[in-house]
Amino acid sequence: MRSSQADNGRPDEHRPPVAEAEAVGKTFGRTRVLDDVSLSVLPGECHALVGRNGAGKSTLVGILTGLLRPDGGTIKLQGEEPPGPGDRAAWQRLVACVYQRSMVIPSLTVAENVFLNRAESRIVAWRAIRREARQVMRDWGFDLDVDALAAELSVEQRQIVEIARALSVGARFLILDEPTAALEASAVERLFGHVRRLKESGVGILYISHHLEEIYEICERATVLRDGKHILTAPVSELDHEQLVTAMVGAALARAERAESSATAEPGRPRLTVSGLSASSSLGSVEDLSFDVHVGECLGLFGLRGSGAATVADAVVGLVRPAAGTILLDGEPLPHGSVSASLERGVGYVPEDRHARGFVPTMGVRENLTLTILERLSRFGIVSSAHAASAAAGLSRRLQIVASSDQQPVSELSGGNQQKVVVGRALAPQPSLLVVVSPTVGVDVASKEALLGVVDEARAAGMAVLLVSDDLDELRICTRVLVVRRGRIVREVRESPWDRHELIAAAEGLEAVA
Amino acid sequence: METAIGHPESERRPARRVLLGSLRELSLLPAIVVVFIVGYNSSPAFFTTANLSNTAQASAALGMVVVAETLVLLTANLDLSLQSIFGFAPAVGAWLVVDKGGHGLGTQWSPWLGIAIVLTVGAVIGLFNGVMIVKLRFNGFIFTLALLISLAGLQQGLASDQSLYNMPETFIYLGNAYWLGFPVSGWVTLAVFLVVGLFLRYHRAGRGVYAIGGNLEAARAAGIKVDRVRIGVFCVAGLLAAIGGLMTAGQVATITANQGNNLIFQVFAAAVIGGIALEGGRGRMVGAFTGVVLLGLVQNVLVLRNTSTYWIDFAYGSIILLALGLQRISSAIRA
Repeated sequence: MRSSQADNGRPDEHRPPVAEAEAVGKTFGRTRVLDDVSLSVLPGECHALVGRNGAGKSTLVGILTGLLRPDGGTIKLQGEEPPGPGDRAAWQRLVACVYQRSMVIPSLTVAENVFLNRAESRIVAWRAIRREARQVMRDWGFDLDVDALAAELSVEQRQIVEIARALSVGARFLILDEPTAALEASAVERLFGHVRRLKESGVGILYISHHLEEIYEICERATVLRDGKHILTAPVSELDHEQLVTAMVGAALARAERAESSATAEPGRPRLTVSGLSASSSLGSVEDLSFDVHVGECLGLFGLRGSGAATVADAVVGLVRPAAGTILLDGEPLPHGSVSASLERGVGYVPEDRHARGFVPTMGVRENLTLTILERLSRFGIVSSAHAASAAAGLSRRLQIVASSDQQPVSELSGGNQQKVVVGRALAPQPSLLVVVSPTVGVDVASKEALLGVVDEARAAGMAVLLVSDDLDELRICTRVLVVRRGRIVREVRESPWDRHELIAAAEGLEAVA
Repeated sequence: METAIGHPESERRPARRVLLGSLRELSLLPAIVVVFIVGYNSSPAFFTTANLSNTAQASAALGMVVVAETLVLLTANLDLSLQSIFGFAPAVGAWLVVDKGGHGLGTQWSPWLGIAIVLTVGAVIGLFNGVMIVKLRFNGFIFTLALLISLAGLQQGLASDQSLYNMPETFIYLGNAYWLGFPVSGWVTLAVFLVVGLFLRYHRAGRGVYAIGGNLEAARAAGIKVDRVRIGVFCVAGLLAAIGGLMTAGQVATITANQGNNLIFQVFAAAVIGGIALEGGRGRMVGAFTGVVLLGLVQNVLVLRNTSTYWIDFAYGSIILLALGLQRISSAIRA
């Protein structure tokens, strides 16, 4: 099974690529998400696919796994035309993908997950399945009990199940989509061990990761996408960090200018004091984190997804109960783990996932905007509709919300206007601290300007703002930026304009090697 | 996580896990034993062949519908209309078979044809449910609820609210004959539990049922024909419910205009206390079977003690709540 030619782990250039994309393109609606992108993965090669969110990586993966059909261009797997779109079994023999979200079925055992729907006959031979699953584990050096229920496995072990499934089908092309996002350091090392073994046996790997230092560790070549376009493909040994980051971000945009010059940090008294915070959530975990946010300051927490930056916001507003540390608002501790108590103390909150937590889609604009201040608008529990209307009108004007009336259900509004409603709702009670997580994800440019403008105004008027983001554009309203990586603050930047390279390099962990 | 790391060399499944796995399925056994003891002590009529085989006969029809509902639940769907299929399908068959004196249509078709029609009606309604819910994405709860109500109304309307009787021997054979001193319906239901249980365990499509209920997208990605399996399960469920209805019709030699009324509550009760997860993907036929046995025995004991039907309903409800509580506790301990 293992090829002798590729024993030293070098890509094998004499055999056809395990996967090849030639000038592929894809359009969704009016958006050209992938435009003339070419890429090839050689046997025994680990090929990095790099790009910021929205660069087109997922679309390319969809095309290479047969889940999406390209509008233009061709792909080849093992040097041959790909199977028809309906023939999943044939696709699975050629390419396997370990997705960010787990495709393991929790109620089945490891062995069954590995051989799911692959029995030769209609009757499932349990003995054979367990024996073969055990054989796969032994062949590839995975230490996993095949009789364990998948629900009882750790994230790392589930990934191994998925990799084992791919290998047992005989796929020679493996896509790993941010495999380390949820792994701890030692698990990452073990995963790299597996990747190296796979390379030695001639499997070609397409490796997607936001952690650029990983790419230098295990990949031979890297392809960078930006805005759906192919920017470069080069051996990682010939690509320095500066070049890689520039390719991802774009040279022209490398420096972010602050919109308003008035926003130099003028440290007042601390409104929010976080010290020794340790907490973990599905968004990542942080350890022993400390920082202040002052009156009239907008502090940016910049970190990749999973870095833990978003967990800090959740801990401050009380969605996550911290394991250790204190959170003080104006010197008084904020109650742990209670959102309503935090909001009562004057914390405003703009959650990241507006659809899940931001608004009630079936309710109108006015009702959503005034949801946080109903008490103020009502007497003896009866809400005054005149007061509510005028409060909502003021907020709508400030945020330039476009709606047919203040009764229009928020679900009917555009993404940008929905987000304005969410921000308006947070601002309505005039909080002393505003916690904002990625406020402009998925909104149009005009709304983005309006949203950032409103937050900046609120700050200038004396509010303290904590802005958590992985979008450099949003950071331009910040007066100070902390970079969070793997649960720790790795850098503090005080002078705007921010150097994008510096921030990205810190967030992606390139500093140590750069 | 010590359970997950094992020795790849050991070819045999760790005995401890086999034991734990089947223990979870048999968690109702103690309760069944308790009911048995209570029954034995409360009436001399309880532990007699006649009573126990009557209980089996009465539970057989319920068991068929529980198998049907369990299949649907495992794919993370649900089907309330099974109770109406349970009444409607045999009624249509009997209507065409029975003479005018027994409130039939007077066509007096062959009872074999009648039985074929009963099965076809059940399967077709199930198929209809499946297509509407899986392909056209109707909400399963509301859709099957609507069907439950309308089919029940249709049955009463067609029968002018009168019972069907004078059914020929062949038509009621399944419900009232005995083999080796045990009711035929009991044998059939046992066989169906066994066959479906083995199918779920050993057949590709059976494993597909679990995969679909566990994670639909992952099942799709594994190449399982998810829509076909989900629709097929509805179709089989309709068929099984129709057979269950035929059993009840035969047992009492009558089809009342409201046969099957309120049956669905017992069906869910048996499935849930038998460990079938309502969110899909978890639970086994063995468990569902113990659920049916427990409910059947409880009902029998309460009837023997001359308890009024209200209290029987109360007992059912309490048993469900108790079972849910125990499941919550056991899953909390495992997590």
